[in-house]
Amino acid sequence: MKTPKKPPAGDPATLVDCDIHNHLTQEAVARYLPKKWQDYDRQFGRRSSPGDFYPKATPMASRTDAWPPGGGPPGSDLAFLRTQLLDAWPIEIGVLNTLITIKNQYRDYDAALATAANACQIAEWLAPEPRLRASLLVPFEDAALAVDEIRRHGGDRRFVQVLIPSRTSEPLGQRKYWPLYAAASEHGLPIGIHFGGWSGGHPISGAGWPAYYLEYHTGMIQTFQAHLISLVCEGVFEEFPDLKVVFIEGGLAWIAPLLWRLDRSWRQLKAENPRLRKAPSEYVRSHFWLTTQPVEEPPGPGQFLEMLSQLGMDDRLLFSTDYPHWDFDNPDSALPSAVPAALRQKMRRDNARALYRLN
Amino acid sequence: MDAPNPTVIDCDVHAVLPSIGALLPFLPAYWREQVEQTGFKGPVDTWYPPGLPTSARPGSAPAGGGPAASTVELIQRDVLGEAPHPAFAILNCDCAVETLHNPDAASAVAGALNEWISAAWLSRDKRLRASIVVPSQFPELAVREIERRAREPGFVQVLLPVRSEAPYGSLNFRPVFAAAARHGLPVALHFGGVPGNPPTPVGWPSFYLEEYAGMTGVFQTHLISIIAGGVFDEHPQLRLVLAEGGFAWLPAMLWRFDKNWKGLRREIPWVRRPPSEYVWEHVRLTTAPLDAPEDPAQLRSAIAQLGSEDMLLYASDYPHAHGDSASDPVWEGLSGALKAKIMSGNARALYRL
Repeated sequence: MKTPKKPPAGDPATLVDCDIHNHLTQEAVARYLPKKWQDYDRQFGRRSSPGDFYPKATPMASRTDAWPPGGGPPGSDLAFLRTQLLDAWPIEIGVLNTLITIKNQYRDYDAALATAANACQIAEWLAPEPRLRASLLVPFEDAALAVDEIRRHGGDRRFVQVLIPSRTSEPLGQRKYWPLYAAASEHGLPIGIHFGGWSGGHPISGAGWPAYYLEYHTGMIQTFQAHLISLVCEGVFEEFPDLKVVFIEGGLAWIAPLLWRLDRSWRQLKAENPRLRKAPSEYVRSHFWLTTQPVEEPPGPGQFLEMLSQLGMDDRLLFSTDYPHWDFDNPDSALPSAVPAALRQKMRRDNARALYRLN
Repeated sequence: MDAPNPTVIDCDVHAVLPSIGALLPFLPAYWREQVEQTGFKGPVDTWYPPGLPTSARPGSAPAGGGPAASTVELIQRDVLGEAPHPAFAILNCDCAVETLHNPDAASAVAGALNEWISAAWLSRDKRLRASIVVPSQFPELAVREIERRAREPGFVQVLLPVRSEAPYGSLNFRPVFAAAARHGLPVALHFGGVPGNPPTPVGWPSFYLEEYAGMTGVFQTHLISIIAGGVFDEHPQLRLVLAEGGFAWLPAMLWRFDKNWKGLRREIPWVRRPPSEYVWEHVRLTTAPLDAPEDPAQLRSAIAQLGSEDMLLYASDYPHAHGDSASDPVWEGLSGALKAKIMSGNARALYRL
């Protein structure tokens, strides 16, 4: 094991990385499927999804140095992930967000895949590596099946949140998702909404398909914008006052301007939605957490601090690297050095410890 | 009546079609017959639910009945005749032509709307200017309409609804930008539009509040698409106006866009400068509705984050009522030079008034 790099001066001795992508290969997941689903998986499973057909900067949108020497795709080899990430920095806890697996085809197949993938995560990642936690995969477009999966693992503290990719088939405030929120609340699990995915039905913008991956990547923020607005406006936090939502890889800087707009409009349009008892920004600042990568880069550190102060969510920012993807944020350099030490400590460690109950 | 104030130009005033009947004199015989014999009402969808408090300020409907802002007299009384007495007002008639799936109908209605705007508005008051309405869902027909109107007096830009089936930077849409550029006309993307597809990447919201607040996302899609597609590289003189979409969202989007451009520009090698530089040069935004912070100090910093003083265009958004105006105290905190640019200087340069 390499000696970890020393954290920059003023930073806490260790950090929590809130967005790491382990790759569960089709073969790995299939080992945990019952026989009938193994056959189904081979014959019908794993169709690709529209919206992924762009050249994405690098193979599998990953760092070119992240391919394990022993073979397999980036993020598929625990030993190499230890070497390249967990041991390379003083990472006390890393949160795994597996992105593939749920395909939103036949719902029972989705449910079987989620169950198998979670079993695979326990056996091959969480059991052998105590520094890792994971997001629970669920067939999120079918709330009843998703609730079954939450009940199955809700007591296992190694699963720290329920994962939903941001490209859903409906805005996430819609009532079809509410049983999932009820189950998550009951188990004290946040809902983690991560950049990307595909549920069918919608192009990746509110105005059709863009031509380039750069547009896809820059514009993905709009899925988060739609979910933030929907979760607040549908009254989800009135219904589930303990629900916590984490936006993962969704950026930070767009939130304050959207809240200015939402608050102003709400004041004029209150009558449309009597369920809301507070300004939208109040719900957001008491129910949302945000991971940092890919952190926006204003022209100067002064504007970065101004952005954080407009955001007003110092206790809800969670450092993340997005390992092994091409736009990896390096723990040594991603946060401008102008960020005060007390806030760095919250972002790099303390906020995540509190949110995910890591102590 | 107070004299027009040369230091104020109102860049977004709505001219509302009272009914298809007003277009009858300007429609081709075939479409006149369709209206009279089939009950065809033209583009009846309206983006603004008419009963909402934000849709029309009190008193903006004609005394004799009809929708708000549907006569030139109302604009003369409520916009030109009231403080700050703008020297010019730009009329935007966002009439949902994009809902007409029959290309001949869309073309005929857009053409008639422009004739009506010319006869019932532009020729009635020298202080008025207007945007050209086009059947934006049929780029080839939109180009024809631009060619038809570009040299007519009073038309100063091309109007597109911000909601559309495809991002405007897509290849199919290039002839529209080429036509606008050929005639030196800015292209304005205006709040709203009824293209049929949902306004978010994750489907339909339930409340108007969601659609309203979330519309900035659709503006973002087009801005990213137009820059990434190289539209400004093809047309270095082209200007893009984002109307009734706010401006406070722009800096955060550019921080992300510039960062991604650094990492991914190999994909779009024709874009040789950071996206923010294109925006400063080519993009203008109207001020109403003001969706910036209400604290004047925070508003000043939101404007400073834009990175250029040349981008904001004062607008009243009449007859919509979002509670902001040129006399809003938030503007008082700005420097005199910046305020002068926002109130008229930027618009004067853009529209060559």
